[in-house]
Amino acid sequence: MRRVVVTGLGLVTPLGGDVETSWANLIAGKSGAGQITRFDASNQKATIACEVKDKDHEWGFDADKRVDPKIQRQVDPFIVYGLDAAGQAIEDAGLTEMDEATRERAGVSIGAGIGGLPGIEYESVNLHERGPGRVSPHFVHGRIINLISGQVSIRYGLMGPNHAVVTACSTGAHSIGDAARMIRDDDADIMLAGGSESTVNPLGIAGFAQARALNTSMNDTPEKASRPYDKNRGGFVMGEGAGVVVLEEYEHAKARGAKIYAEVVGYGLSGDAYHVTAPHPEGRGAELSMRMALRKAGLEPCDIDYINAHGTSTMADTIELAAAKRVFGDDLCGASMSSTKSAIGHLLGGAGAVESIFCILAIRDQIVPPTLNLDDPDEGTEGVDLVPHTAKKREVNAVLNNSFGFGGTNASLVMKKVD
Amino acid sequence: MSDTAERVQKIVVEHLGVEAEKVTPDASFIDDLGADSLDIVELVMAFEEEFGVEIPDDDAAEKITTVGDATSYIDEHRG
Repeated sequence: MRRVVVTGLGLVTPLGGDVETSWANLIAGKSGAGQITRFDASNQKATIACEVKDKDHEWGFDADKRVDPKIQRQVDPFIVYGLDAAGQAIEDAGLTEMDEATRERAGVSIGAGIGGLPGIEYESVNLHERGPGRVSPHFVHGRIINLISGQVSIRYGLMGPNHAVVTACSTGAHSIGDAARMIRDDDADIMLAGGSESTVNPLGIAGFAQARALNTSMNDTPEKASRPYDKNRGGFVMGEGAGVVVLEEYEHAKARGAKIYAEVVGYGLSGDAYHVTAPHPEGRGAELSMRMALRKAGLEPCDIDYINAHGTSTMADTIELAAAKRVFGDDLCGASMSSTKSAIGHLLGGAGAVESIFCILAIRDQIVPPTLNLDDPDEGTEGVDLVPHTAKKREVNAVLNNSFGFGGTNASLVMKKVD
Repeated sequence: MSDTAERVQKIVVEHLGVEAEKVTPDASFIDDLGADSLDIVELVMAFEEEFGVEIPDDDAAEKITTVGDATSYIDEHRG
């Protein structure tokens, strides 16, 4: 069977415009949360978010590095983030000079949960105020979800499969899982895979607040607002950004002497069949997804060293933990489990990809990132290492990433070190 | 350069991301300045906005292919 490995990484997060800055800040226990600066949020129930910082910020993002200013003007930020993260991953993998035969076997699978909501909001107001003739000709292709994959393909000449997943907050994990299968099934040798999101706009914040999904009670202490597993958690904090990996067939990577971060060994998927926003109270879908990923990986639960939880800082956290306990045992068989959403917020369609990259870096550096703000752990967390407050050095050979989305869609990825 | 020509040049530079020196009256939007059909739609919208003129799609397609064409068309049709 064709094996799939990770040979390149790219990140744009509220903690940095690249992989190393984001990771260093995450491990240092920094928070990306703050008051919303993108628009006047004073009339919103939630006035806080984890925004990607401007380029003059200490850990800001400079779109001009990789994305043509003309394209920046035409498309929504989620496409800009995705394009940049894909460029970082290609550079990291040493694939900036691919010949035509290689590019014909290289594809893209980068999705988003919502897509260009800020642009849809802007042009809707524009349409009503100024008429149909003033709507931008770039409106459609600058907002729709598969246009990250489209733009990446055009920019880097990638002629393999061009795919885009839309499964809400599971998007990033499904994108990587689907892309890994495309390589396994011999559709491609190389896949750029990941997810992106940017919905820090009035409609996005209002919509999630109205769905009672956001923490609206800690606007004065934004850095404390995302607190997975804590008794005082009260909803997620909106994040934004993108994560993209280069997936590559193992022999292909080895033949060109590529640096190999990890192998994608297991992919699990399931549906809750329960409710549009609430998870199944017993976490049955989550459990099915984790079990399938382990079975496909050919690993035992006790082989897993680190779990990057979906852990959004909502009531669902304890449901996920209960499901994980059923799969891994009451102490998770010694695995550490943390939610990095405590630091970067919830990146929706970008979450699963960004968090998978954190899992890969945990393998690389043999350290697991912390769950911030876990001051008063909720019932049911006893005996589980949720990595409170500070990162922890430990052996990390195999990891599992969970991502669950509205509609009751679940995805789990298992990755491990390549000997 | 006339006032219209200057403003046209500025809009073209902003929208197409090209250097001002290249935006000469003879320059073709598509052949010389790298515009595609959607860029032309966007440019025409920007001209309409800036000069308060209405440029029908047929005119945009048939009569405006160079920077100079745009300047003359606008001068002829401004109220």
